[in-house]
Amino acid sequence: METPVIQVRELTKKFGHFTAVDHISFDVHQGEIFGFLGANGAGKTTAMRMICGLLTPTSGKVDVLGLNIATQTDAVKRQIGYMSQKFSLYDGLTVRENVTFYGGIYGMGKDQLKLKIAELAEKLGLEDKIDHQVSSLPLGWKQKLAFLVAIQHDPKVVFLDEPTGGVDPITRRQFWELIYEAAERGITVFVTTHYMDEAEYCDRVCIMVDGSVAALDRPENLRHKMGKETMHEVFYQLARAAQRQE
Amino acid sequence: MEKLISRAPAVKIQQLRKTYENDTVLAIKGLDLTVGSGELLALIGPDGAGKTSLFRILATLILPDGGQVEVLGYDVVKDFQSLRLITGYMPGRFALYQDLTVLENLSFFATVFNTSIEANYDIIRDIYVQLEPFKHRRASQLSGGMKQKLALCCTLVHKPSILLLDEPTTGVDPVSRQEFWDILDKLKADGMTMIVSTPYMDEARRCDRIAMMNRGELLDISTPEALIDGFGKPLYAIQSDRMFALLQDLRKYPVTDTCFAFGEAHHVTFKKSIQVDDLRGYLQMQGHHHVDIAQIQPTVEDCFMDQLAS
Repeated sequence: METPVIQVRELTKKFGHFTAVDHISFDVHQGEIFGFLGANGAGKTTAMRMICGLLTPTSGKVDVLGLNIATQTDAVKRQIGYMSQKFSLYDGLTVRENVTFYGGIYGMGKDQLKLKIAELAEKLGLEDKIDHQVSSLPLGWKQKLAFLVAIQHDPKVVFLDEPTGGVDPITRRQFWELIYEAAERGITVFVTTHYMDEAEYCDRVCIMVDGSVAALDRPENLRHKMGKETMHEVFYQLARAAQRQE
Repeated sequence: MEKLISRAPAVKIQQLRKTYENDTVLAIKGLDLTVGSGELLALIGPDGAGKTSLFRILATLILPDGGQVEVLGYDVVKDFQSLRLITGYMPGRFALYQDLTVLENLSFFATVFNTSIEANYDIIRDIYVQLEPFKHRRASQLSGGMKQKLALCCTLVHKPSILLLDEPTTGVDPVSRQEFWDILDKLKADGMTMIVSTPYMDEARRCDRIAMMNRGELLDISTPEALIDGFGKPLYAIQSDRMFALLQDLRKYPVTDTCFAFGEAHHVTFKKSIQVDDLRGYLQMQGHHHVDIAQIQPTVEDCFMDQLAS
């Protein structure tokens, strides 16, 4: 079997006496859409930040693309994309300036960038907005643009932290079609969401409860195993069993 | 519902207009809306629909450009001072002081309204007991669900007569959302009038009526039951072993009208009545296995998408 794209082993993070993430282990495979779910405070964001090298673990190990995230951080970062929930694009810069800025960070050349900007504008139907400030775009467009910017350097893996929070039902679906397209091109997608219908669009989902992995499987397998009709019911049963407060 | 409307309305909006940037951006165009006393109204619509502008006008934070808006008998322009004392407004973005503790935030909001936590403890008790274990924690250190409960607590501390909640559960997990709505149900049972915007259609389903906005206009306002009854065409849930390819193949099917991913199945409507076996045959030809086609009841989300797509 081929090496997993992400290999998490006994990953742990303590803040003082509080164990936010408690010895979690799992693999993410090439090209899959991996859903990472959990209640607020379950340790999801802490785990994700350690997996993409933004936070140092207390113990345990993460390999991304066969590289150790702790010692080969820079080499990993060049090959991954990250879209944070709160901040992804500079509101005061135009669409073109944002794309150019991020492209510059990843060392993309001028010609390559020109192509990317044209491609991106066409894909989003943003041709006449390319020199408008990002702050003037509706949230749904911003999120789609942020995603395309996060994958413009053709990373092997992209991490998306609640990319569809607060987005209306139609735009959420358009966003997921962009995710599907990226996955078809072989990009591995690691995504968190609070929408349980979106959990269904993942190849596999991992549900965190109290800092541990409470379930990890294909959505349909989880539904069948637990005798539930929907992922909402699956999640509700697992997350409600949480012991720790905050 | 009839009963709620026949009482004196809590909110009466007539021909409301709001523009920005020297009239170039039309946020609300000629909106008419009445909200009954004690009603729980859901406000739904895509970005730019005008929901937040409407909230800010009702909360007397911005002025309308035209039309009449009355809240609990007060004019939002002339009587803004009286109105502010009886309105509870929770803005979409977290509206608390991050570097103050839970207790400090609550005391602050109580003081601003010239009251105290103790004076109105009965209205916040149910929420406050959940926050109490963390009362000395800074707001920035709370989880998303707890932040929103604290924000609601601060919105209630002066015992308002109407609540305006702008996307209170965005970014909140399903379990905390459920808890938040259980609190709203209790407030409703005590007679509170509430207007709540939400991107979650399961939440809209729990309200007395749903107002759907798009581009500054009211597309529809009705009870969830009437909205669903009004869908007016057969809706199918379709599954196969290759769901993304299925989405594309269904869209290529000549009589497909709308086709959206809906969790474990795709929801599809057709321009004319279809033979299920024909469709199954077509999908099998495209290489799909385990094709399942079932006619289903639409949900509020189906109705929302249908309205916006048309």
